[in-house]
Amino acid sequence: MLHIKCPHCGIRSQNEFSYGGDATIKRPELGKEISDQDWDNFVYNRKSLRGKHWELWQHLSGCRQWIKVQRDTATHEIFKTLKANEEIS
Amino acid sequence: MTQSFRLESGGLINRDKKISFKFNGKNYFGYEGDTLASALIANGVHLIGRSFKYHRPRGFFGAGVDEPYAIVQLYRNGETEPNIKATEQELFEGLEAKSVNCWPSVNFDIGAINNFLKIFLPAGFYYKTFMWPKSFWYKIYEPFIRRAAGLGTASIKHDKERYEHKYEYCDLLITGSGPSGLASAYSAAKNGAKVILAEDKSRFGGTLLTSEVNIGNQSGKEWADSIISELKEMPNVTVKNRSQVFGYYDHNMLVMSERISDHLPKTKKFHPKQRLWYIRAKEVLISSGSIERPIVFGNNDTPGVMLSSAAKEYMKVYGVLVGKKPLVFTNNDSGYETAIEFKKNGIDPIILDTRKEPQSEIIEEAKNMNINIKNSYVVVAAQGYKKVKSADVAKISDNKEELGSIENIECDCICVSGFWTPTIHLASQSGNKTKFNEDIDAFVPGISKQNEKTLGAANGIYTLEETLKDSFEKGNLLSKKITNNENKVSFPNVVEKKSTVHDKFWCVPLPKGKNYKRFLDFQNDVAVSDIEIALKEGYRSIEHVKRYTTLGMATDQGKTSNLNGLQLVSKIENKVVPAVGHTTFRPPYSPVSIGAIVGREVGKHSKPTRKSPMHSWHEKNNAVFVDAGVWLRPRYYKRGEENLFEASKREAKNVRTNVGVCDVTTLGKIDIKGPDAAELLNRVYTNAWLKLPVGKARYGVMLREDGIVMDDGTTTRISENHYHMTTTTAQAANVLSHLEYYLQLVWPELNVNVVSTTEQWAGAAIAGPKSREVLKKLFPKSDVSNEGLPFMGYMEADLFGVKAKIFRISFSGELAYEVNVESDNGYFMWEKIIEAGEEFGIQPYGTEALSTLRIEMGHVAGSELDGRTIPYDNSLEGLISKKKDFIGKRSLSRKAFAAEDRQKIVGVIPLDKKTSIPEGSHLVKDSNAPLPNPKLGYISASCWSVEHDNPFSLAILKDGKNMIGKKLFVMSPLKNKVIPVEIVSSHYVDPKGERVRS
Repeated sequence: MLHIKCPHCGIRSQNEFSYGGDATIKRPELGKEISDQDWDNFVYNRKSLRGKHWELWQHLSGCRQWIKVQRDTATHEIFKTLKANEEIS
Repeated sequence: MTQSFRLESGGLINRDKKISFKFNGKNYFGYEGDTLASALIANGVHLIGRSFKYHRPRGFFGAGVDEPYAIVQLYRNGETEPNIKATEQELFEGLEAKSVNCWPSVNFDIGAINNFLKIFLPAGFYYKTFMWPKSFWYKIYEPFIRRAAGLGTASIKHDKERYEHKYEYCDLLITGSGPSGLASAYSAAKNGAKVILAEDKSRFGGTLLTSEVNIGNQSGKEWADSIISELKEMPNVTVKNRSQVFGYYDHNMLVMSERISDHLPKTKKFHPKQRLWYIRAKEVLISSGSIERPIVFGNNDTPGVMLSSAAKEYMKVYGVLVGKKPLVFTNNDSGYETAIEFKKNGIDPIILDTRKEPQSEIIEEAKNMNINIKNSYVVVAAQGYKKVKSADVAKISDNKEELGSIENIECDCICVSGFWTPTIHLASQSGNKTKFNEDIDAFVPGISKQNEKTLGAANGIYTLEETLKDSFEKGNLLSKKITNNENKVSFPNVVEKKSTVHDKFWCVPLPKGKNYKRFLDFQNDVAVSDIEIALKEGYRSIEHVKRYTTLGMATDQGKTSNLNGLQLVSKIENKVVPAVGHTTFRPPYSPVSIGAIVGREVGKHSKPTRKSPMHSWHEKNNAVFVDAGVWLRPRYYKRGEENLFEASKREAKNVRTNVGVCDVTTLGKIDIKGPDAAELLNRVYTNAWLKLPVGKARYGVMLREDGIVMDDGTTTRISENHYHMTTTTAQAANVLSHLEYYLQLVWPELNVNVVSTTEQWAGAAIAGPKSREVLKKLFPKSDVSNEGLPFMGYMEADLFGVKAKIFRISFSGELAYEVNVESDNGYFMWEKIIEAGEEFGIQPYGTEALSTLRIEMGHVAGSELDGRTIPYDNSLEGLISKKKDFIGKRSLSRKAFAAEDRQKIVGVIPLDKKTSIPEGSHLVKDSNAPLPNPKLGYISASCWSVEHDNPFSLAILKDGKNMIGKKLFVMSPLKNKVIPVEIVSSHYVDPKGERVRS
């Protein structure tokens, strides 16, 4: 079970969180023209990375905040966590 | 029976307390502090079971967790449990155990015929033989194999014992209380670290209990006792015996099973039987010691052949002799310690040492005691069937390949020592990259992935002094790092006998003309010949060899067999052991009971049960409940002898003709507040929301980004910047997360707050042509007329002093209202509704009637919004705004979603108007078409229409728009039904929607 540092609550066990996928995907702006390919990339196409990966988690059974977590998908090492409004650097 | 193998004195047992127990129906006595194994051996019982494949007689091989043979069925306090190791089970008054895997009895086992047919049972036998004919597998082969090969019987009774889970955090977790565990725990505790010290056995001390050493002028055991009692006094230390750390998981979380009551005749009141600890440790010190390795020789599975360290432990801890004419077969000095212990107890052992001229302090001592030592000697084969009677021994050449002439030595046990294998299971589970240590022919931990270090014998360090030094230091360093505190412990004076190098010899060659079975894996009956066959047949990877031969796959997980298996593979393949590599170590290290893993989450505690505030009223009125997510909802209210079908029909009919009331508390409710609330709704829902007036409700559908319908419900504008959203019961939590996702990550600029209020409001739906009459009586001061409270209207009103919200919305398709009050007033509201409705014939209705009403009305619900349908499929395309963008809109223009013959919701009626249509059935054109019959659609929901008094179903049908009026077949292979049907509109009742507006 992972140990995830919620930027709001501190270190908590994984079972308080739910996984939310790739954190680097940006939703296209509302009302803007977008090609089929770009839309498909946003909705469906994800890289299944081995190694460092920025991902979203929600502290569901805690503060309910969505957070960004940098995790190594192979070793589960967590390097950094950010609040929803903090930019991935 | 007398304990004829019990020594006159000695051991750590309590001889003042006699304990009676039963094995295979016979009564025996042992002492407090015995294990079942030590007590049986004391009574001269050596035959305990039959082996897995060949049903060969089985005795005892070890004295603890590594035991591959002595697995029994245990009976305790009216319960039975399989897979119990006699070497671990502590004796208690009234204990009963039976042999497993033998029929009719352990002494005469019919399955033993396999032993003589063993030529037919080589590696891969099951794979090769039972493949054909295929139909024989389920009925003949599998049941037979299962009966013949079982290792005990699981109880089918409900387990009345309690099992608990505990979460714990610590600075250092130390697994094992041998010298390395004690030393590291002590120095870490002195530095003020929070320490947990876990010991698998009932006694602390590990090898200190059996070795002849001195620490700080005390015997090993005295030193262990004094350290433990000091640790127990320290507030920052938790010391646990009977506690096995069996799994090492991510981020330094380890799981430990504590056997609290297994050693007692009965679990004490309010005590659990076992407790599972989830321990998050900053640092882990693995001090799990090592397990003695067998040497492979002919018939090395005969009862009486056992590990030499086990023989020593039985003498030193339990005061029990494993035999009176012992043969010690060794390739290192450990065997000498066992022989010396025999000699001290008046027994004359013979030592066969594979080495030519070994010299050390220990060997010197044995020689001085006049112990008969034969150098360059090996045991070729054990003789005897149910117990060792003698041993064929021979001199072995210096290159270890040629045997001299065979001699026979009479003996009643053969104590084997093939050196030591570090217990690296936990380290390996943690992700540690293990490495092969040539000096000890075994794998040891290498590079750590997590915060873990391995100490002492588990790390391949076999001298006490070195172990203690290293362990004191590691405990000190790691704890200092955490506590910033140093209280250095002075290193005690250590006295131990020096030993010399071991011989890398591990497998005795077969003498000419003999074909003895030489076993590697004792629990799964895997012999040298099996591995040879597997390799001959082309299996190369050790993981494949393992699965093909079952080497190391039994409940003991190869604790005594893995390394010899690897040595054999590497020898045949002409590789070095590290090139072969070892199989993956997986948790659990040793079997854990299912009860401990499940903990308290059994029966009604397996998940929370949510009840509405009106639950007790439903109970009192004969409601039959159904699980709706985590909620319990009335399915129907039983009257007299009614069944589900009759009751739901009555309830639904009453809604259509009079008035009914339904508990809708379970609907998800989300409070939405803020100046941008309307904008949020406009982006989340598919229809327009910016112009919804205050005091009005609107039905909305929300999509996922892929265009699939996520949920539907009504949202009401309570005031300028305040909305009340309802969701379906099932999707309530997901919708809240969905809104939070967009507000926090995608559109943080929106000034809106959302919060779940599902549990804050109790809800009742009052539905039926007479519902307004009921409402008038409930709210005499409010104008609830069609003009005062029109369809989709909202008002706040006073319910006899209680604040209420009235929404004029309808799921049943009738004139209907939903009344919400604060949860605490729910019961009051409900009673008032029933009271006011009495004169209009009000009846409560459950989820079954609710379904009937919505199905015949063509209203979609979870069975249509099933994560596979888009708005068009559910005839909800009228709710798609063309003017604005919203979540998922772009996906709707995908080609497949716009196809001309796209699936769509329709109604289905059986042509005979009698046959009910099973939900999940398929719609086909031709019921006699060859398989696979092309499927046109599926039945999503079925009911008995109370309006038309015949069955009616909803279906999602390909090209549904153009299928109305056509005749098809419904096929349900599960129910073996073929029903001719007609396709009709999904709106079977009141298609114009006049009733809701009346």
